[in-house]
Amino acid sequence: MIVNLDRFIQEERPRWERLDAVLRRLADDPYAELPVVEARELEGLYQRACADLARLRTYAADPGVRAYLEGLVARGYAEIHGQRSTGVRVRPWAWLTRGFPQAFRRRAAAFWFALALMVAGSVFGSLAVAFDPDAKEVIMPFSHLQGDPAKRVADEEKNEREGDKHGEGRRATFAGSLMVHNTQVTLTAMAMGLSAGVGTLVLMFYNGVILGAVAIDYINAGQSVFLAGWLLPHGSVEIPAMLIGGQAGFVLAGALVGRRERQPLGARLRAAMPDVATLCGGAALLLVWAGIIESFLSQHHEPVVPYMAKIAFGTAQLAGLIWWLTRSGEAAAVKTGEGKSKRKEGGV
Amino acid sequence: MSASVRRLRVTTPEGVEFSFRIASPVLRLGALMIDWALISSAWSVVALLLKPLQLISEDAGQGVMIVMYFVLSRGYDVMMDYSWRGQTVGKRVMRLRVVDARGLRLTFAQCVMRNLLRFIDCLPLAYAVGGVASLMSPRGQRLGDLAAGTIVVHEAREPAPDASVMDGQRYNSLRGQAALVARLRREATPEEARAAWQALARREQIEPSARLALYTELAEYFRRLGQIPDALLDGLTDEQQLRNVVDVLYR
Repeated sequence: MIVNLDRFIQEERPRWERLDAVLRRLADDPYAELPVVEARELEGLYQRACADLARLRTYAADPGVRAYLEGLVARGYAEIHGQRSTGVRVRPWAWLTRGFPQAFRRRAAAFWFALALMVAGSVFGSLAVAFDPDAKEVIMPFSHLQGDPAKRVADEEKNEREGDKHGEGRRATFAGSLMVHNTQVTLTAMAMGLSAGVGTLVLMFYNGVILGAVAIDYINAGQSVFLAGWLLPHGSVEIPAMLIGGQAGFVLAGALVGRRERQPLGARLRAAMPDVATLCGGAALLLVWAGIIESFLSQHHEPVVPYMAKIAFGTAQLAGLIWWLTRSGEAAAVKTGEGKSKRKEGGV
Repeated sequence: MSASVRRLRVTTPEGVEFSFRIASPVLRLGALMIDWALISSAWSVVALLLKPLQLISEDAGQGVMIVMYFVLSRGYDVMMDYSWRGQTVGKRVMRLRVVDARGLRLTFAQCVMRNLLRFIDCLPLAYAVGGVASLMSPRGQRLGDLAAGTIVVHEAREPAPDASVMDGQRYNSLRGQAALVARLRREATPEEARAAWQALARREQIEPSARLALYTELAEYFRRLGQIPDALLDGLTDEQQLRNVVDVLYR
């Protein structure tokens, strides 16, 4: 039961080499599309290689030939049964106006959960500082926030009046550092989804605690307007971006823990993956913008920039963001029917 | 196959089975080191190119450099994995490739996920979490691979098969001996036949004295196994005797 191997190799080798050449060409260009004739040829060559491999498995054969054929069949299998790259060709406008907001809406439940955690953390943080002002030192990790808010506001405004340029010449560096740092924190919130969401939950709650503690500290000191003028311009983008990072983490956790139990773990993760990647990309983009605003606008105070102007800017920006995330791409989704069907299978 | 080499078997809808050889953590570490070195070198070049920007505005130059380094260090793996079908420079050197755990093509989302989650695998330091996870996983997956549904495989170089090993043009004194050939085929196990084929196919890779000893031993073994009369092999070297045996076994 030994196949006539030399004749077999001599007969089949040209087809194997042709299959190898076609696969190599496809591998060299991720966007390559074969003409119909070549696609049919590829399928035929692949089927033939499969049959050859099956034949060699039946008979005694050289392991080298088998390994070579296995490699060919593996590559052919990935090309023929694998999904072609869909939408990865850079289409920034389509991604901005449809891809990202649609992914956000499909996974809205995870966002609301992240928001609820942050709000709960804020309530906790504000109550802790309201009832025990000494808790400020423990809760706030930033030394510049631990002082008296009224004194800080007075100092900041005095610096602005005197034209103090202490921040000048460092704003772009500061913006760059903020972008990188905040993106890392947001990606951490997403990655912590792998701890079944526990890490993401802690991060969302803890960030809420800090936010609540800072807010109540300034409000108690009668500096609500300064606080709004300082936080709203960048916070109206930065905080939603962090929440979206948390949202991505909870989507990942949901796939791991398995709400849709009929699907195996691998299938659940595969279903969640494109949305998690899209949400991370969207959050990173928002944080780039937030970094620029925080560095170049938020650090300016009255009398140079009126607080009301900053508040108006921040509020308008938040409204725009809400519109973008909740409405953008809606018409396209309804038109293609994607929104409805994907929303059904969505959730955390 | 040695027990330490892990393989992932995939059965296609056509009913054909193929396997991937799971990459060992040592090879993966080697690829990682090469990529780190490459990113550091690339960064030196990028930083040099950005120097003129710092002359115009030191602040702007510094800000751009911070962001660029982040993008380069985070984006390198994602973009290389995607555009080189699961390979970075380090992986290509070490003959490794990231593939979908079902044997399918990598998607962009998979490339993003496995690389963004690298952060968790690095914890608490030196890839401790990822290392432990890949040692414990039957498919050698770190956490990023588990979440993205990917595996890292080792691709040995397999040249196109060559039938010239059997030297079919030459006269073979065993060919006309139907009873002897039938006996040889009956007695020789597929593993023994493969071993003989391999010994000939890898002729140039074996050191001459070891090759001589191996061929002598194999020729002697098959002479006894097939009870081949000396007259049929008279004047032939052990290597030629072995070629004749393999020729009748596989033809």
